[in-house]
Amino acid sequence: MNRRSWIKLAVLVGYLAFIATSAATGFSPGKQIGSNFIYFWADLIKVLPFAFVLIGLFEVWVDRQTVERHLGAESGAGGYLWAIVLSGITVGGVFVAFPVAHSLHKKGAALGVIFTYIGASAVCRIPMNLFELSFMGPKFTAIRLAVSLPLVILSSAMLGRYLEKQNYQIQGG
Amino acid sequence: MVLIYIVTIFAVVASLIADRSKTAKSFQVAGRKMLKIAPAFFAMTILVSIVLYLVPDEAISRYLGHENKVLGLLIACAIGSITLMPGFIAFPLCGMLLEKGVPYMILSGFSTTLMLVGVLTFPVERAYLGAKVAALRNLIYLAIAVVVTIITGLCFGELFG
Repeated sequence: MNRRSWIKLAVLVGYLAFIATSAATGFSPGKQIGSNFIYFWADLIKVLPFAFVLIGLFEVWVDRQTVERHLGAESGAGGYLWAIVLSGITVGGVFVAFPVAHSLHKKGAALGVIFTYIGASAVCRIPMNLFELSFMGPKFTAIRLAVSLPLVILSSAMLGRYLEKQNYQIQGG
Repeated sequence: MVLIYIVTIFAVVASLIADRSKTAKSFQVAGRKMLKIAPAFFAMTILVSIVLYLVPDEAISRYLGHENKVLGLLIACAIGSITLMPGFIAFPLCGMLLEKGVPYMILSGFSTTLMLVGVLTFPVERAYLGAKVAALRNLIYLAIAVVVTIITGLCFGELFG
């Protein structure tokens, strides 16, 4: 392990020690933070392992040509349409959208398309929109979608083109 | 939510029937990816747990109902950008505030930045997109959220009201 990893590990251990001490001594801010931490992880555990298994299956089974044809640089408007459809059925929000986008790009999806996917999964996931519709009304939801979705597509295409010109390589993951 | 379980189980079973070694490889890929991203997720969850303690839901309701519209809007966008809240909590909260008389525009600022801008999710985003692109994306989407908010205000006649 390098120095950065050691620092990260030290922060994590310190944090957990703080939570544990708070729980033992009844220090209420620490207890509150600890329960936030646990609840958040409980939510993540319900979705992430399943999402990653699906990503694993995708990487092993789907071949590069298929992704390139439908989502690649030559896919045109169809690629963007696919990105939006895919985002509509994405469960769990950004935590799932980022790794999915990363895998899609590694298999040949264009940058503009994966940025559209990330943005669209923020603004038009169907389960979330249903909540919005019932609490805020159709006018509110319609305005938000009609304004944000075109801007997401436009900015994604521009960002993708700009980064491709710079020979940007997505890393990590 | 249940859908992802059904889809995953169905996909794994289909994959097992088709090719067992490929399925095993898929699980290896999944495990390796999860392990690799785990530090970023720990960073994010630690940040979230602290911020949620500092800015609880009651405080959010109080701040969004601020009398000064411009100030209320700025606070709404700031809270929305920083905090993290699933839609099934955020929209009922917005609905409740709407009934209390908080303008649509302010709730739009809050909910769109909540969806589009992620300060606390930055560790995870950076791990996948790189720091520069992650920052760029958040800035662009903040601008989009502002445009959505202004148009919402215009459409509901609240902007100059």
